[in-house]
Amino acid sequence: MPSTKYETVIGLEVHVELHTKSKIFCGCSTAFGAPANTHTCPICLGHPGVLPVLNRQAVEYAMKAAMALNCEISPISDFDRKNYFYPDSPKAYQISQNTRPIGLNGWIDIEVDGVTKRIRINRLHMEEDAGKLTHIDGGFGSLVDLNRCGTPLVEIVSEADLRSPEEAKAYLEKMKAIMQYCDVSDVKMEEGSLRCDANISLRPYGQAEFGTKAELKNMNSFRGVLRGLEYEEERQADILDEGGQVVQETRRWDEAQGRTLTMRSKEEAHDYRYFPDPDLVTLIVEPEWKERVRASIPELPDARKARYAAEYGLSHYDAEVITSSIKIADLFEQSLTYTTDAKAVANWIMGDLLGYLNQNGKEIEEVALTGEGLGAMIGLIEKGTISNKIAKTVFKEMVESGKSPQTIVEEQGLVQISDEGAIKAIVEKIVAANPQSVEDFRAGKEKAIGFLVGQVMRETKGKANPTVVNELLAAVLKQA
Amino acid sequence: MSINLDNVEHVARLARLQLSAEEKHQFLDQLNAILKYADKLNELHTDDVQPTTHVLPIHNVMRDDVVRESLPIERVMANAPEEEDGHFRVPAVLD
Amino acid sequence: MTPLELTLVEMQQQLKSRSLSATELVEASYKRIAATEPQIQAFLTLNESQALDDARALDELLAQGGEVAPLAGIPVGVKDNIVTDGLRTTCASRFLDNFIPVYDATVSRKLKEAGMITIGKLNMDEFAMGGSNENSAYQVTRNPWDLDRVPGGSSGGSAAAVAAGQVPFALGSDTGGSIRQPAAYCGVVGLKPTYGLVSRFGLVAFASSLDQIGPFARTVEDTALALQVIAGHDTMDSTSANVDIPNYVSALQGDVKGLRIGVPKEYMGAGVDPKVKEAVMAALRVYESLGAQWEEVSLPHTEYAVAAYYLLASSEASSNLARFDGVRYGVRAADPDNLLDLYVQSRSQGFGQEVKRRIMLGTYALSSGYYDAFYLKAQKVRTLIKKDFDDAFSRYDLLIAPTAPTTAFKIGEQVNNPLQMYMNDILTIPVSLAGVPAISVPCGLADGLPVGLQIIGKPFDEATVLKAAHAFEQHTEHHKLRPQL
Repeated sequence: MPSTKYETVIGLEVHVELHTKSKIFCGCSTAFGAPANTHTCPICLGHPGVLPVLNRQAVEYAMKAAMALNCEISPISDFDRKNYFYPDSPKAYQISQNTRPIGLNGWIDIEVDGVTKRIRINRLHMEEDAGKLTHIDGGFGSLVDLNRCGTPLVEIVSEADLRSPEEAKAYLEKMKAIMQYCDVSDVKMEEGSLRCDANISLRPYGQAEFGTKAELKNMNSFRGVLRGLEYEEERQADILDEGGQVVQETRRWDEAQGRTLTMRSKEEAHDYRYFPDPDLVTLIVEPEWKERVRASIPELPDARKARYAAEYGLSHYDAEVITSSIKIADLFEQSLTYTTDAKAVANWIMGDLLGYLNQNGKEIEEVALTGEGLGAMIGLIEKGTISNKIAKTVFKEMVESGKSPQTIVEEQGLVQISDEGAIKAIVEKIVAANPQSVEDFRAGKEKAIGFLVGQVMRETKGKANPTVVNELLAAVLKQA
Repeated sequence: MSINLDNVEHVARLARLQLSAEEKHQFLDQLNAILKYADKLNELHTDDVQPTTHVLPIHNVMRDDVVRESLPIERVMANAPEEEDGHFRVPAVLD
Repeated sequence: MTPLELTLVEMQQQLKSRSLSATELVEASYKRIAATEPQIQAFLTLNESQALDDARALDELLAQGGEVAPLAGIPVGVKDNIVTDGLRTTCASRFLDNFIPVYDATVSRKLKEAGMITIGKLNMDEFAMGGSNENSAYQVTRNPWDLDRVPGGSSGGSAAAVAAGQVPFALGSDTGGSIRQPAAYCGVVGLKPTYGLVSRFGLVAFASSLDQIGPFARTVEDTALALQVIAGHDTMDSTSANVDIPNYVSALQGDVKGLRIGVPKEYMGAGVDPKVKEAVMAALRVYESLGAQWEEVSLPHTEYAVAAYYLLASSEASSNLARFDGVRYGVRAADPDNLLDLYVQSRSQGFGQEVKRRIMLGTYALSSGYYDAFYLKAQKVRTLIKKDFDDAFSRYDLLIAPTAPTTAFKIGEQVNNPLQMYMNDILTIPVSLAGVPAISVPCGLADGLPVGLQIIGKPFDEATVLKAAHAFEQHTEHHKLRPQL
């Protein structure tokens, strides 16, 4: 529980891997999951004598991301070396942008509990990703894989404008959505293409200056971000309550233990000795280039949200959920080419689709459902070809197999029976076979009719039109 | 500007160098001589001077986003002091 | 007479007419090396069996009437900081004692494409830091003119090998004078091209904003031919200039009449040996006689160049040499306790004193709180120095000066005084900071030791530099002097 005494102050540093085909400074592939060190060359291995050459696509993705986050694009920017020794950094410096980053002074709007809040972004800069270390032999050795080394990254640094773990999570989710809309990154936290570090501090309400902050790392999921920050919020509050002082340090979120731990390190305070990389030249962004890249930015989540509310009458909440992922928003819009009932589409997406994904731990891109299928299915319901209940079966099958609803209905014989004659015969049969229920109904037990409807539906394998069944059953019971 | 032995030790740690006591004193003297000589630069008023990072006015050198063949793993590992399963092996990050 | 006494142009002709074979030429080179190497010690690694295979293959191709590149079959020595695929490249450092590169530097590739045959890798000051070759971890190359003296540096092996007639042509690299100064000390021609003319891809970086690869040869014409092979834009080097490359050999023709020459007075000051000055004055009289005009000019910021250079070059070096960590290549210290120990021991055992000294200086100059006072200040001073040259070149076609204040000094004479050693580069460093081209050509002897004449040109105007150097050579005999070995 958030403390009532202290105000939480959070700033996030988000790293987003740009999904270029090749690395930022050499031609090696950025594909995820290759055998160790097979996507390396003398350049990304940091061999003696090699030189970097900047990937134009990485720059354009960075510009696109920056503009989507409402940043100004620096007309002149350059690359600096950040010097530090670590086995995942083969040159012992990371090429980054220190003094003149490509993007400055942006913002995004987040929404928590129905309240919209603007979070300022200090800067967005380009840099190269590091390799990966695997610790082995109980920590006595480490294995170095440099496949990821040189993958282009943007680091996005927010101002300390976030006031709760929930806001931090909302910020990160919005960030993910924007990057995904811009199509500059896969933004998968589990694959590391979206990463997040946080600075968190507490201060008594009303105090102007910030408290001592801790830097929090290793939060590898949205849930991890939320839990890690909540834990840290509580830990710091406890320290302050006891009259203690928060130590400025880097802490690691341990998912398994559910707590943050100080990162023991023999490294003395970092002195990165930044200086301009003499191997790279200045980047000048002329207005024409900037505008060309800006034109490639699609409609972003907030704009779509507003449009869905205005054009389709979606509730604020529904529009928010549907636009939180471009894949879902696209599915929504595609469906509307095949049906005009936007509310129905929204309901199916919000209910059955998200429920399915949630239950099965899947992402939208992993399922076969198409907008055409969903639209057509809603059409079948409207025509009375299938019932809402049958539609649930059809929907699940569509999600899993990608077949059209018509095919599923035909293959499984799911067409609704609305023919009164056929239904009446069954109703009469059920009434005859359940004299007790009929008696109960007549004795005033209204519930008994439900049992009889259920029996009819069972007999017809759920295909009988429920409205017709109810009408006929009522009529038969009255007659008898 | 001059430096002391603590500075020498700090800089050696940053540079991942281990210096003998003799080396430390030698470097202290030599670096101080060089730094004293470098004080000369302060005779020049440079507030309005732009720094030169590149002598050539080259900008926006970029390559297309095209994947080129990586090195075969044998070549990647050809000079590796210690290899394990296609990785470079290093001792414990911390002791 | 050994075919190695021929000029590159003559070798080219004789190889083409097949009165000389590539195998003969390459064998002659190794024979000369065998005879002189015990005294000179210019090579760190020989490429003998591969070179002979290449020569034989070329001869067969020629015998079959095949087409070959213009310089095919000509032997070349390569400074050991230029990466050669499959051929050991140590930078004269213990750290890289076992290092076999897995790629070719752009210039190594260009040599191969020109059909030239790499004889071996040449000694240098470790990681190109030094001006005497005494900082090599392996051996001190001797000056062929006086075996008790240094050949200069850092490209001392390249200069000595050409002076000793081991190879007709060698590649070196110049950061603050590392081609010109040894060329002067050894009495050969050495050219530092404009920064950006020759690709740095595969040159093991010392100071990236200053390093340039350039040729050594015995004549200006040979130097021009060699430059033709290595110059040109390279997409692998972001700092490579995309400029048209003229035909340097045909640019040698034409006279120097009317050429405006500036002689920087700061380069003829008190620190310069009077005999060196006299040789330079004699050279200026030659130019006068050829119809060129010269007058004194001032490059007012000259005295600040050495300080700015050592801060900039050492800072860049401290970062460039950080990759030598013992993880992916190089000599790893035995039995490190942990990762930190691996770094510290491998680097401390692998690097020599001068390298450590410069890493220390550079690390300090970049460290928190000192950046503005040192690195940034030096970059600003560099701007002023460059402006000196811009101003001078608005009035003159060329600048002429001595290459070094003295002739070659004795081995061991300056090892304990780094600052004094740094002052040997006082006449070459400003040129490097400005990034402009300069050649050193022999202009006589002082007490039996060669003196170098430095001819400095406008950016990318190597053609005029070479033309002036060639004209001087055509009207003097200095380049024909050979050391007695």
